[in-house]
Amino acid sequence: MSADLAAGAVPMVRAERVRKSFGQHVALREVSLTVAPGEVTCLIGPSGSGKTTFLRCINHLERISGGRLEVDGELVGYREHRGRIRELRPRDIARKRREIGMVFQRFNLFPHLTALENIIEAPVRVRAERRSAATQRGRALLARVGLADRADAYPAELSGGQQQRVAIARALAMRPKLMLFDEPTSALDPELVGEVLEIMRQLAAEGMTMLVVTHELGFAREAADTVVFMDAGTVVEVGPPATLLTAPAHERTRAFLSKVL
Amino acid sequence: MTAADASPPERGAAVPPLAPAPAPTPGPAAVATAGTGVGVDVDAVPLRHPGRWAAGVVILVLAAMGVHSLVTNPNFQWGTVGDYLFAEPVLRGMWATVYLTVIAMAIGIVGGIGLAILRMSPNPVVAGAAWLYIWFFRGTPLLVQILFWSFIGALYPRLSLGIPFGPSFVSGDANHIVPLFAAAVLGLGLNEAAYMAEIVRAGINGVDAGQTEAASALGMPRALTLRRIVLPQAMRTIIPPTGNETISMLKTTSLVSVISYNELLNATRLIYARNFQTVPLLIVAALWYLALTSVLTAGQHQLERRFARGILPRVGERR
Repeated sequence: MSADLAAGAVPMVRAERVRKSFGQHVALREVSLTVAPGEVTCLIGPSGSGKTTFLRCINHLERISGGRLEVDGELVGYREHRGRIRELRPRDIARKRREIGMVFQRFNLFPHLTALENIIEAPVRVRAERRSAATQRGRALLARVGLADRADAYPAELSGGQQQRVAIARALAMRPKLMLFDEPTSALDPELVGEVLEIMRQLAAEGMTMLVVTHELGFAREAADTVVFMDAGTVVEVGPPATLLTAPAHERTRAFLSKVL
Repeated sequence: MTAADASPPERGAAVPPLAPAPAPTPGPAAVATAGTGVGVDVDAVPLRHPGRWAAGVVILVLAAMGVHSLVTNPNFQWGTVGDYLFAEPVLRGMWATVYLTVIAMAIGIVGGIGLAILRMSPNPVVAGAAWLYIWFFRGTPLLVQILFWSFIGALYPRLSLGIPFGPSFVSGDANHIVPLFAAAVLGLGLNEAAYMAEIVRAGINGVDAGQTEAASALGMPRALTLRRIVLPQAMRTIIPPTGNETISMLKTTSLVSVISYNELLNATRLIYARNFQTVPLLIVAALWYLALTSVLTAGQHQLERRFARGILPRVGERR
């Protein structure tokens, strides 16, 4: 919830009492959150607190059970027509997802394609960009994540950190207006975490709107504008990192921080 | 820096390229070390393996007996085998077998992919229909199915194309529309589709769900994701059993000799029905089947290598 959100500006993400349950299990209960354009928000909290579920709801990988969720002023997965909310067709959902980049904990690169092919696949196939133009941009993106010389490597030939950097480049190739990171460094060996966080820091500095589920409190402290602490499917506390990470208002936040710091 | 950074691992290497793992067989370096006497050779009496020697001797004796009988038993009539091995009717039958195999497998693979996709449809009627198809074609003997197709004229004397329960546009004699070759190909191909469907489904299910999610997150539609991301990866697990199916199909084509389709077995049967040289002609057929399956085995190996690209043990990643 950005304090400096200009009045009247359309928030990039607006969640209003979002609920999500898997059968009997309630993953999210009434999550409300607003992310302004250009804002970097880190979601922290114990495992099972609903951070990842919430992130997946934002690009409709999970369908919300209740409440209201908007990205850039438009409903996620639905449209409003004459006062009724209607489900979108899969093709329209796919179109909206192109504007939201996602980086996964386990990278999820396509193993049968090289690093460059991973990056240009979606621009060429779904954005109908010309292969030559997409390739040129793909190489530029690889250079940006420091992997210009690994364009023809298959994912299995790359280290975890390199794979995650390719995954970030792949998401950026679609020119998203919002980037979602789902524990991007949790599957990495400790010495490879830094190179991925560095790319994310650069991205944040360039003004990308980012929503990051992370356990890297150091990154949250340096790069985030806002830190959100979630527990048991609810947002417990929202605030700037300096406040939330050093002088949390809630007992549950304090208990969590004392365990991880 | 990980091992992968230092030197790209050899593609298709069986051993994970985690740097200083010892080579499975001593390379030139190891040999050189031993030769220059840097290492100390252990001077020990090697363990004897009498069991291995005994087994080897038994098998060699049995093999010698087999070869001896092949050479000395006049009933094999190797001369007759040689006379007919490249005889024109036999070669024609051999090519008919190849055509049947190729077309039946093409129907089987295309149909199998289609059925597998239908089987995973969210529409229960569609999925149920695919299930029913597989249930029926796997549940009845292939021989019965082939006979059914050849007697389709008895079941439906006339076939027509038109509006269901309405007028028909074209119609014709079933025996004319479904000739012997079509009966053979339909019998083999439609049955194969049922088996291929299960192989394809297992292959698709074996692809990590994260792959579909990553494609979805990039805004790729379902069909494109299946074609560009899921199927190419599923191919790696689909190809080995498909190779087995093809080899099996090559031999199964001999079943259509019961409807007198003139493939390899039927061609040799027609000859020995006239000259009563049954055994030599069956040997002729067996030799051709062996030769053809050997070619297929080599082709299968090449395909497996082709689709293994990029699939290597993961490096620098915690599981």
